[in-house]
Amino acid sequence: MSKAEILGNIRRGLGGKITDEARATVKNRIQAHAPNLIPARGQLPAAERLALFINMARESAAELIELNDLADLPAALDQHMQSLGITELIMAQDKCLTSLDWSPLQNKQTTQRVSQVGDLASLTTAFLGIAETGTLMLYSRAESPTTLNFLPDTHYVVLRREDIVGVYEDAWNQLREETGGQMPRTVNLITGPSRSADIEQTLQMGAHGPRQLVIYLI
Amino acid sequence: MQIRTPEFKESARIALHDVGLQKALGNVKNGFPGKRAAAMARLPEFDALRDQARDVKNHVIAHLDLYLEQFEAKVLENGGHVHWCRTSEDARQTILKICREQNARTVTKGKSMVTEEINLNEFLEQNGIQPIETDLGEYIIQLRGEHPSHIIAPAIHLNLEDVADTFHAHHHTPRSVDPKVLMQEARERLREKFAAADVGITGANFLVAETGSSIIVTNEGNGDLTQILPNTHIVVTSIEKVVPTLEDMTLFLRLLARSATGQECSVYNTLSTGGRRPGDQDGPENFHVVLVDNGRSDMVGNDFQDMLRCIRCAACMNHCPVYGAVGGHSYGWVYPGPMGSVLTPQMIGIEQGALLPNASTFCGKCESVCPVHIPLPKLMRHWREKEFEKHLTPRTARWGLGGWAFMARRPALYRKFSALSNAALRLMAGKKGYIRKIPMVGAWTDWRDMPAPSGKTFMQQWQEKQRSGH
Repeated sequence: MSKAEILGNIRRGLGGKITDEARATVKNRIQAHAPNLIPARGQLPAAERLALFINMARESAAELIELNDLADLPAALDQHMQSLGITELIMAQDKCLTSLDWSPLQNKQTTQRVSQVGDLASLTTAFLGIAETGTLMLYSRAESPTTLNFLPDTHYVVLRREDIVGVYEDAWNQLREETGGQMPRTVNLITGPSRSADIEQTLQMGAHGPRQLVIYLI
Repeated sequence: MQIRTPEFKESARIALHDVGLQKALGNVKNGFPGKRAAAMARLPEFDALRDQARDVKNHVIAHLDLYLEQFEAKVLENGGHVHWCRTSEDARQTILKICREQNARTVTKGKSMVTEEINLNEFLEQNGIQPIETDLGEYIIQLRGEHPSHIIAPAIHLNLEDVADTFHAHHHTPRSVDPKVLMQEARERLREKFAAADVGITGANFLVAETGSSIIVTNEGNGDLTQILPNTHIVVTSIEKVVPTLEDMTLFLRLLARSATGQECSVYNTLSTGGRRPGDQDGPENFHVVLVDNGRSDMVGNDFQDMLRCIRCAACMNHCPVYGAVGGHSYGWVYPGPMGSVLTPQMIGIEQGALLPNASTFCGKCESVCPVHIPLPKLMRHWREKEFEKHLTPRTARWGLGGWAFMARRPALYRKFSALSNAALRLMAGKKGYIRKIPMVGAWTDWRDMPAPSGKTFMQQWQEKQRSGH
């Protein structure tokens, strides 16, 4: 009932009947998903794009560590977790992560499950990095539960250099391609660790999400 | 919430003498405008993006019915539900029904002004369901039994000392004035609530017709914990939030954070589409979108249609000298500042809201910073006209306007009268050059002196110059 009333009221305001032309306009616009003006900042050759991503991510207070090879990840994590005194890592189940040799993690364990209150650290991959704002794109799927991105104090994220795009428009196109046009339940665009300025407009890090965001750039 | 808009003058007077509030309002004036300006300076395309954003919004409003239908179809396709609610009461009942179906006892909430608009918290409490605000600012004011005084910084009217007192009283912890400690306290207390909640309610910054997604733009991560931990996620939002595609949403994201907090980008931009998918190990099973109208569809095609472009960035209030002087609570309802002065009369009626469009200096700053070019002063003028038409304007003002209109339609008389009053004012001022008191306009002269006209009227000067050939 309400639906008919609301739509009827809108149509009255717009001056009456829906035309075929209007229907076609809407359908075409959605199908074309044409870009609007794209800022020049993100439209760069690969090397500069990478540099922009690194700068913007660091500006957002993410910690960014460059590694030559994914195989170096367990040792790098061992060191970082050691410095924070963390002994358990809750991991996403992407094959590229689970197939690594985790023996470099000394006196620490990895667990594959969703995150729970009290978890100190998680590890996930990022689908893409977006250079324009130093943003990570992650999405929910069986191997990568969304709670890993929000509950732990420290979120470790693996991003491949070749997965860095310049601007959001490139990211949407890659996401459409990757998921066959079927949006996952959750798509997260993450730029730095959690923060709030709700107390006297003074910025404090670590509000409800991770206090630290550590990006391993492979 | 209770409508206190008709008391605006009294509330504003109290606010102007509230030392604590005046200190806190300094944080608005000294913070947001500078940050916005710096962010704008880093993006050369900013103004071009604003023009485009205005055009996209106008296109959406011109096809609002069709985009809403398309959005609904995509939500259903992804296993979600859409509820169309004409009024606040419809929306409250719809939300209560969903909560009851889940046997909900507690509901966590991300920041949402539409839920303020429909007075949801009070209603849920009356029905035995505990709403828990999780945004830090919202959490603070919920403990204090207050409402937001700003649409993106709800506790901006408070100082550190106030938060310290509030937490000390409610958390029974030693009083701390360290913002870090205070935030930590809130974080720890809310963790358990997130996990225990039966339903999570968030707002939406935009709805994407292409995909049936809603998006929230936040910095804390509370909106995410609110929606991924409970079994049911309810998005409470309004019909004008729909945009055609992800690309269009991107256009608005480039403007929103920069206009609001001056950030390049907010920390968490999260798209939610339907419920948990087969194989997913977490996330809500149920996804509901409650689409609230509440007078918005009446704005399509009327004098206030431009207001439907608003993306709730708060730039207008951050730059407003009136908001900066009296704060958000003086406005007496949900939406303060210039955008509130246009929206409030639409939602509560001009009879109750008339003081707000009058509480403007028409300096034009709000329009100049609006990311979607809403002509806010013009819309406030439209409300003043409606107020006049409905005979709500005070009698002295009506007489004054009536008298002026009579003269303005008779140019010769008008010129004679203005020349006469010019001379009279000069006489009253004497040698001092200014007037201390003018009968009937004490509201002006009680507080400032009126400078006397310095010479002849414009028309007199014009005619003299014409004659002398200049």
